[in-house]
Amino acid sequence: MRETEVLVVGGGPAGLSAAIEAASFGAKVTLMDSDLALGGQLIKQTHKFFGSKNERAGTRGFKIAEELFKELKEREENIETFTNCTVTGYYKEDGVVSCVKGEDEYFHVKPKKIVMATGAQERIIPFPNNHLPGVYGAGAVQTLMNVYGVVPGERVLMVGAGNIGLIVSYQLMQAGVKVVGIVEAMNKIGGYWVHAAKVRRLGVPIYLRHTVKEAIGDRFVEGAVIQEIDEKFQPTGNEKKLDVDIICLAVGLTPTCELLWQAGCKMSFVPQLCGYVAQRDKNMRTSHPDIWVAGDAAGIEEASSAMVEGRIAGLGVVKALGYGAPEEIQGRLEEYHMRLADLRGGEVGAKIREGIALCSVESWEV
Amino acid sequence: MDEKEKLFNSGILTGERKGAIKPPKELWETKKNGLVVIECPQRIPCNPCHTSCPTGAVKPFEDINDQPQIDYEKCTGCARCVAVCPGLACFVIDLTWGAEDKALIKLAYEMLPTPEEGQVVDCLNRFGEPVAKGKVVKITEPMKDKTLVVHVEIPKDLVMDIRAIRVV
Ligand SMILES: Cc1cc2nc3c(=O)[nH]c(=O)nc-3n(C[C@H](O)[C@H](O)[C@H](O)COP(=O)(O)OP(=O)(O)OC[C@H]3O[C@@H](n4cnc5c(N)ncnc54)[C@H](O)[C@@H]3O)c2cc1C
Ligand code: SF4
Ligand code: SF4
Repeated sequence: MRETEVLVVGGGPAGLSAAIEAASFGAKVTLMDSDLALGGQLIKQTHKFFGSKNERAGTRGFKIAEELFKELKEREENIETFTNCTVTGYYKEDGVVSCVKGEDEYFHVKPKKIVMATGAQERIIPFPNNHLPGVYGAGAVQTLMNVYGVVPGERVLMVGAGNIGLIVSYQLMQAGVKVVGIVEAMNKIGGYWVHAAKVRRLGVPIYLRHTVKEAIGDRFVEGAVIQEIDEKFQPTGNEKKLDVDIICLAVGLTPTCELLWQAGCKMSFVPQLCGYVAQRDKNMRTSHPDIWVAGDAAGIEEASSAMVEGRIAGLGVVKALGYGAPEEIQGRLEEYHMRLADLRGGEVGAKIREGIALCSVESWEV
Repeated sequence: MDEKEKLFNSGILTGERKGAIKPPKELWETKKNGLVVIECPQRIPCNPCHTSCPTGAVKPFEDINDQPQIDYEKCTGCARCVAVCPGLACFVIDLTWGAEDKALIKLAYEMLPTPEEGQVVDCLNRFGEPVAKGKVVKITEPMKDKTLVVHVEIPKDLVMDIRAIRVV
């Protein structure tokens, strides 16, 4: 059976950062991603990121991915990469991991340590006909457009005015697709105000306190009905039919944590982090002594924080494996913890801080 | 909630707010090359407008979540902030430009098709409604990152309305 020191599951910003950091201390890393290419969400982010200069604010997401790929390449003697390769199971009895490469190449790996950086899954909401072709998650639309260069349709209803809904609306317009409207159940956009202003001034209406009532169509989406709702989310009776061929759902993400459940990690339901997440110590180790977690899989946040968490998890792993000088590792850890605290400072970070407090343990040693 | 607040909550600026104020009238009317107009009224973790400003006109942020504050005396209208702001919230407006009833707006443009110098485009207000025609005077790509800064001649009385263009 194949063996490795560190298995990193997921090659998004969190997994890439974990692999780079662990390999920089000499650990032998295997990095697996189910996608055809590495980069996770980053490779479809054509917009400029927020944040501070340290976290590459003002740089487009896919450019940040390119910088990470470069770092990965510099450490290639220590990192073996598998793409189109899904980790499908974890066997608690002996710590063996099962994987599928492509359609049918099935194999096992036995890692000493694992970093789970599996990212997030998109939520969907129930409404009549939501099974019709033409109802997409916002992430899928982004992949189609920005990775494969395919426009999903001609006229879009966006459901949800959080940052993802607003940003994907803007990117749809960049691709020449008409965004007919954005509906938002709350009485206020959930994303950054500047992102909303950006789509508004290009003529896209944002309907607050509205939701999608149903999709119209027989074999595919031929329209949508939206309806107004009150503070208790009950329909007021005001409805409007929109001529659209795409309904794009941007109603939130939830951490991908099946493997963590299989491994028996202690999990908590934390609404602020958008679902079930593994309890972790300061250096991202779960209750399982050989498993770390990082990025959206540890709670829905941002690429900027995912990268720092990945680096912290990578350091936690090398420390446990006995690589590197303890003072050097400690120094780097302190720096990364400071960066995380900066990223999570202020009002916008308050929810994340609360959430993390709910699933953090001081230490797993008794 | 009143109508104004509702509009604001959907991404339309209604009146001045912290992080979204007009430059002082007198300085603005005489400053060649224009002054920055930033519309970033919400506290968000972002500061490239400050870190990229070559003159220090966007004052240092005490906390990265602060709204931008401006020292107009220092602003040269260079439009670097226009090019870097990820929220496309920075504009430069030059009231000294051209004929008496004209002004120049420098705004970020990331759509297709790309306008050409000399072309007449639709000027849109904050709702995206066309409110005037404007002539494209100049196009630059300061950061060489595909975000264009387009200089458009617009009617002076609409400088606080026009915030986007559509190439027709
Ligand atoms: C529209 C949009 C805009 C955004 N804008 C910003 C922004 O401006 N600034 C910012 O900081 N963040 C932004 N983000 C958030 C950011 O993209 C994510 O927080 C970040 O990508 C999370 O990184 P990650 O590595 O945890 O997960 P991901 O990037 O999701 O990567 C996870 C990877 O794991 C792989 N994987 C999952 N399960 C398995 C398995 N079982 N086996 C093998 N591989 C697996 C997946 O294929 C994927 O490649 C945005 C997100 C979206 C959708
Ligand atoms: S226009 Fe130039 S000088 Fe003025 S605030 Fe922007 S970057 Fe600074
Ligand atoms: S760079 Fe733009 S979005 Fe960021 S704080 Fe400055 S004005 Fe606001």
